[in-house]
Amino acid sequence: MTLPEFFGCTLIAFGTPFALFVFTIANDSLRIIILIAAAFFWLLSLLLSSMLWFAIVPLRDVLAFGVVFSVLFQEGFRYIIYRILRSTEHALHAVAEDTRITENKHILAYVSGLGFGIISGLFALVNVLADMTGPGTMGLKGGSEMFFVTSAVQVLSIVLLHTFWSVIFFNAFDTNNYLHIFYVVGSHLFVSLLTLLNADGLYWASLVPNYVVTILTGVLAFKVAGGTSNSFKRFLMCR
Amino acid sequence: MDAHVAPSSSSSSATSAGAHGSLSGAAERLERPPRRQQAHQRNYGSNGNQEQMNNADQADGAVLAVPSVVIRESASRPSRLSAGGGGGASDGESGQPAEEEQGLKYGAQHVIKLFVPVSLCMLVVVATINSISFYNSTDVYLLYTPFHELSPEPSIKFWNALGNSLILMSVVVVMTILLIVLYKKRCYRVIHGWLILSSFMLLFIFSYLYLEELLRAYNIPMDYPTAVLIMWNFGVAGMIAIHWQGPLRLQQGYLIFVAALMALVFIKYLPEWTAWAVLAAISVWDLIAVLSPRGPLRILVETAQERNEQIFPALIYSSTVIYTYMGTHYAPEQPQSQSQSESESQPQAQPLSTATSSPSNSNSTATTRTTHNSLASPELPTCSSNCRPSTARTSTSRVNQRQQDNQAAAEGMPLVTFKTNLHGHEEAAGFTQEWSANLNNRVARRQIEVQSTQSGNPRRANEYRTVPAPEQQQPEPQEERGIKLGLGDFIFYSVLVGKASTYGDWTTTIACFVAILIGLCLTLLLLAIWRKALPALPISITFGLIFCFATNFLVKPFMESLSAKQVFI
Repeated sequence: MTLPEFFGCTLIAFGTPFALFVFTIANDSLRIIILIAAAFFWLLSLLLSSMLWFAIVPLRDVLAFGVVFSVLFQEGFRYIIYRILRSTEHALHAVAEDTRITENKHILAYVSGLGFGIISGLFALVNVLADMTGPGTMGLKGGSEMFFVTSAVQVLSIVLLHTFWSVIFFNAFDTNNYLHIFYVVGSHLFVSLLTLLNADGLYWASLVPNYVVTILTGVLAFKVAGGTSNSFKRFLMCR
Repeated sequence: MDAHVAPSSSSSSATSAGAHGSLSGAAERLERPPRRQQAHQRNYGSNGNQEQMNNADQADGAVLAVPSVVIRESASRPSRLSAGGGGGASDGESGQPAEEEQGLKYGAQHVIKLFVPVSLCMLVVVATINSISFYNSTDVYLLYTPFHELSPEPSIKFWNALGNSLILMSVVVVMTILLIVLYKKRCYRVIHGWLILSSFMLLFIFSYLYLEELLRAYNIPMDYPTAVLIMWNFGVAGMIAIHWQGPLRLQQGYLIFVAALMALVFIKYLPEWTAWAVLAAISVWDLIAVLSPRGPLRILVETAQERNEQIFPALIYSSTVIYTYMGTHYAPEQPQSQSQSESESQPQAQPLSTATSSPSNSNSTATTRTTHNSLASPELPTCSSNCRPSTARTSTSRVNQRQQDNQAAAEGMPLVTFKTNLHGHEEAAGFTQEWSANLNNRVARRQIEVQSTQSGNPRRANEYRTVPAPEQQQPEPQEERGIKLGLGDFIFYSVLVGKASTYGDWTTTIACFVAILIGLCLTLLLLAIWRKALPALPISITFGLIFCFATNFLVKPFMESLSAKQVFI
């Protein structure tokens, strides 16, 4: 069972991001570079937050502390990416083979958000996935047998949320919409802190609200990117 | 020098062209001339390089790199080119800035063309490390690392690592200098023999060891006749693809595999601390060898340019796609004779130039002719350009064939040589020596050369040759250039990632991977800005080392405590 579980969880968590990558990123070399650069910045934010976590020895066991600061660092680096991308927009326009990347500002936001999401999902899950292949498994002697599946499902929501957040966040700074900025930081904090409940096995208490937030954020990102209910209908009808 | 010349001249010409012809369809035409001029200038630059080099230290490769990238792009996108001179048209539109931008634009594609092979090489190494435990543990040691780090004391380990890396580095330095002396003295046969011997060892002996461990790890029985048959076919095909000719993809595949094998050897036989010390030392050495005025690798590059040769075509991975491209057009009939003649004239390195024209052929017949002709004599190219379309076509096809042959010869052989150089060192010294040799080779390769070959391999030759007869160059608006990355860079990137993955922590591996790619990106960005040959190791390895240790000591415990409690950030 361990191998099927491994593939199942891998595809749950990274199937959708992989499809997004293949169909929207892989064809444009510039987008790949921006994706990797975003991943690099996320790594920097993680490095900073782990340094903080490591430095403050007495609070190492209080995960909430590390989580809050990690979220703040991530949003800080999201802002840094935003500044960098906007300040190099002219150069990007000159360099881009596909000029849509600068004409439609949401593409940059989407690409960098996906980079954030993928690397964050990878870091959260790779070692769990590596353990998943056996020889042992969860749930035989204590622990919940839902451990792996819930981790994978949670990672999927995080990856998607990062993508949505970046779209909203970039647009919010473009339009000075402070409500949206507050929403991004707030919902990120909310989602991350909610996962603290997982330690007690309260999976439904964390997963259901998180997916509600994910869907709401997705709708908001869709609207921010200029989508309407009509355009959504037309998309569904393939028109 | 090219870079200096090209930007200024090109910008002025491009702007003028744009102003005059932008409105009319003639714009294309107008634009083209500037392009040609640029090309001429570039060629001049390359020729001049020798002169300039005398005057000041310069790396042609670097200069060429940016322009070459641009050209390539055009080649890669037939539609653009066909649209009308491709790159030329765009030049006219945007004017002066266009040149710079184009360099960067094509740069983005070329970055990916390097990302893919580098990632593949790392993937092979990491997959092997994680599936074949043989490469995980160090029980046998190389001659070059007399200190085995068996003591539990960190301070003793530190001194052991320092001693080992110093010994290894001095071997590398000596080998590099030996290579350059041989090259300076034109002992090509010795160098080729060295390279062929080393690649022979890698492709047969080390591949056999790899196969054996692979079969053992998966508990697959195989009889010796079968194994010998497989090894024979694999090795011979590799030798042919690397040293003689073969499909570009096959050649690239073999190069990647050889680099991965070499990286695995390092990971297997170097003690842990020594491996890290060697990585740090080799990147410093890379910096010195490529950038210092009397750096050996710099001398190598400059000498190769002076002689109108591919930079000691040995240890370099070329991203050139054109070769394959041309290969499809290949017509065996006449090209061979021509190619033979060309190959015979190889000493001059002219065959390459002929090949260059092929990409242009598809776009415009005129372009193609020029290149190949340029090899033999300046006059010929002009003729070809003048020729009527029909004749031109036929001629172009022939030319293409020739070019292909030439390219194959030029590209394949040069590449091989480089590789062989790396390996060759090894062979000479045996196992350990190989390492050192590899190191040297890698160093040499690390320099990222940008070649401005019109049709890929032949580019350089064309440029040089074109210089004498600038007029002929008119037809080559679309030159293709590729970025070259030394196999040594592949090897050391893979060593870093592979060594990181031996700790069994995937986040460290991923962090190293991302850091190396970003470092490579920055190096290529600097390449586009400075346009001179740059060492590819220092930035990437520095990032990689920082992220490897930071992730291992800081991030890993944090992420582990998070994922154990299923907390997501």
